Amino acid sequence: MAAEMEPPPLGDAGQTDFREIEDGEGFFVSTVTILESPEPSSPDPPSMPAEGISTNGPKQEDISLDDDPEDLFAEATEEVSLDSPEREPILSDGPSPAITPVTPTAMLTPRMGLGTAEMFERSLDELEEDESGDTFDMHIAVSDPEKVGDGMNAYMGYKVTTKTSMTIFSKNETTVRRRFSDFLGLHSKLASRYLHIGYIVPPAPEKSIVGMTKVKVGKEDLSSAEFVEKRRSALERYLMRTVKHPILLKDPDVMMFLESSELPRAVSTQALSGAGILRMVNKAADAVNKMTIKMNESDAWFEEKHQQFENLDLQLRKLHASVECLVCHRKELSVNTASFAKSAAMLGNSEDHTALSRALSQLAEVEEKIDQLHQDQAYADFYLFSELLGDYVRLITAVKGVFDHRMKTWSKWQDTQLLLQKKREAESKLQFANKPDKLQQAQDEIKELEGKVQQGEKDFELISKTIRKEVSRFEKERVKDFKVVIIKYLESLVQTQQQLIKYWEAFLPEAKAIA
Amino acid sequence: MEGEPSPRSGACFHQGSFPRAVNVDLQTDATLQVDISDALSERDKVKFTVHTKSTLPNFKQNEFSVVRQHEEFIWLHDSFVENEEYAGYIIPPAPPRPDFDASREKLQKLGEGEGSMTKEEFTKMKQELEAEYLAIFKKTVAMHEVFLCRVAAHPVLRKDMNFHVFLEYNQDLSVRGKNKREKMEDFFKNVVKSADGVLVAGVKDVDDFFEHEKTFLLEYHNRVKDASSKSDRMIRSHKSAADDINRIASTLYTLGTQDSTDVCKFFLKVSELFEKTRKIEARVAADEDLKLADLLKYYLRESQAAKDLLYRRGRALVDYENANKALDKARAKNKDVLQAETSQQVCCQKFEKISESAKQELIDFKTRRVAAFRKNLVELAELELKHAKGNLQLLQSCVGVLKGDT
Repeated sequence: MAAEMEPPPLGDAGQTDFREIEDGEGFFVSTVTILESPEPSSPDPPSMPAEGISTNGPKQEDISLDDDPEDLFAEATEEVSLDSPEREPILSDGPSPAITPVTPTAMLTPRMGLGTAEMFERSLDELEEDESGDTFDMHIAVSDPEKVGDGMNAYMGYKVTTKTSMTIFSKNETTVRRRFSDFLGLHSKLASRYLHIGYIVPPAPEKSIVGMTKVKVGKEDLSSAEFVEKRRSALERYLMRTVKHPILLKDPDVMMFLESSELPRAVSTQALSGAGILRMVNKAADAVNKMTIKMNESDAWFEEKHQQFENLDLQLRKLHASVECLVCHRKELSVNTASFAKSAAMLGNSEDHTALSRALSQLAEVEEKIDQLHQDQAYADFYLFSELLGDYVRLITAVKGVFDHRMKTWSKWQDTQLLLQKKREAESKLQFANKPDKLQQAQDEIKELEGKVQQGEKDFELISKTIRKEVSRFEKERVKDFKVVIIKYLESLVQTQQQLIKYWEAFLPEAKAIA
Repeated sequence: MEGEPSPRSGACFHQGSFPRAVNVDLQTDATLQVDISDALSERDKVKFTVHTKSTLPNFKQNEFSVVRQHEEFIWLHDSFVENEEYAGYIIPPAPPRPDFDASREKLQKLGEGEGSMTKEEFTKMKQELEAEYLAIFKKTVAMHEVFLCRVAAHPVLRKDMNFHVFLEYNQDLSVRGKNKREKMEDFFKNVVKSADGVLVAGVKDVDDFFEHEKTFLLEYHNRVKDASSKSDRMIRSHKSAADDINRIASTLYTLGTQDSTDVCKFFLKVSELFEKTRKIEARVAADEDLKLADLLKYYLRESQAAKDLLYRRGRALVDYENANKALDKARAKNKDVLQAETSQQVCCQKFEKISESAKQELIDFKTRRVAAFRKNLVELAELELKHAKGNLQLLQSCVGVLKGDT
């Protein structure tokens, strides 16, 4: 939830203000404008806005929700306000500070001390649950992959069915057809909109040239069927993760993706398009920058979390690799068991002792059933365990990206501060140089820079706050996901063993009957 | 040494530590009992301590031991094969050469890769490789022992002079391994034999029993070969999967210790679970190896020995028929008739002698085979069940704990 900014003035005044600030203005710019606007009813943004917040509570939510000037969510805001009177008064959205140039980091740090931060996170969580009005009730299914077109221009179309009882959607059930590049396009839009302000945007499934080429060429074999199934499942998980995010769910592009029957073709997702190349260049530039930024981390929480995610990343990758190995070997085991079964059947055929011959045929049957068992288990290994790990490896990359953005934001802020300082020094020199117009110019520049510094600081605090919330949400999701999957996976193993027991118990008397 | 109380039971057990893989059904008795009471694995050879207990008068003592190496077993086997007197018997197949190469290679690779894994992982893998080495070692001991027991149980072969020397002579038999020339000779002999084998197999046998046996053995042998190699591959995949679970368990453990959230408990519990199930999976693979793969391998060798017997009989038949033809020719020409008659009689006797013993041998072979398969298949099923139940219990209890936690 982007419930960061200092609540604007009470009542509709605030809301109207917000709505007036329409297109073209970025999220932050609009909020800043609000804050600086001479609202008479605006209470002084106090450092400890406990009381201030409670009354402003509902409204502040509305503001932060909508960055979309088109106000699709007018109704949504209504609902939110209805539900939120019980909101925790302690809910502080954040450092109030923005107006005074004296950087509130001093104010920031004590409040972001561990205890407060936890309380902060917890109460935000409660906020999330309350605020969407309905509880999260949504199910998206991706199904019916169908090849459209022919040759190298062919593509796979998927049916996307959304079933929900949430009122923000126009219908209870919608079905649309989408292709892979549509998903990528959606992700690219969400990423460009939310990543740099600290939201963990779930990554889209990866492209696969080999896989797709096989499909395009029309190769109808087991491996291309597996590829399509793998992709279908991945797309479904991707969409579910995206809508589980309370902010992303309300993004108009997401709504459009799920509901509108026609979607403009997302060309910029192609690897070799202009946009694609630009992306690659940016990635390289980012990598270089990352190495040169040395951030003064004043907040131990970030340092600790960053390290935790690094460790988690490493171990998850290792685990993923091992599980992939296991899947491979189990598939191999299944194949070898099947081949042994056939061989045992042949042996049984040529055995001239009747009872032994029968027993060997039975053995062959048992092994055949077991081979199917191994295959099913390999399937479970993969879809339950391996894919989850793969998803999380990619998600953590997104998390790390968000941490990097914070660093960049900090760096930008610091740079602006340095620049301001230099200009101030230059200005003081000019004071004695008796050049009035140059002086004026310098003073103007300083004024501008002061504003920028404030903004930079605000951005930094905002992104820090967002990240804290996001990380907490992410960790909750992660714990839930892993717990659910681990149990499901173990249950699949239980089933396999139960089946094995059944098969061998049926065989034992046959073996004993050999006389 | 205690032999088996019931005559139908398996190979010689001894008071030592090696559990036997029994692939044969032997009739042992107190007059001659042989076993391998100890074995030592040195750098590139294995020294077996062959222990004999006998009431037969031709031995100097009633109980004695000697140390033998693999080459000496081969020498003994080859001496049986080359002995014309034993042409009518299934010569117990020679034990395969002890092969620790694969295992040694793995241990070496592990040593090289020591730097790239954690200490626990290294120790774990080392333990496993050592267990594998030990398993191979036990198997090779069992196979050498089975060979000796088969010889000791055979009514004719047990009286063989070379066998007694093998058992009793406590010096080195100085049996050098075959040199290159001899190996080449063997190779050619085999080539000739197989070509011959085809010829001989082509001759339709008057005797239904042998005709049936021929067809049966040819097909059976091929299929056992196929089944043996497929079972090996299946078991290898099984072992690889068990190794993967090992690695997964380690990584889960690290994840569990690192994680600060609720899920760390899950990771640690599952890691513990996988450690245990992996051991069970490895045992399943090992038991399948012992009860299934080894059984098939053994009967691959035995069916080859039976085929060899049929070949020898076939050769004798051809010789007999040729002698008959020669006799007819001689009588027609009325030249060297006596010689031809003697020669024909010799061939006839030889052939009939072989036929008679071969028939019994082949019947015994079937009995042994059926008994061995029955025993091993029953044990295989019982072990699979035991392990599956063990696995199931571990899994269910873990799921129970984890579900209770959420």
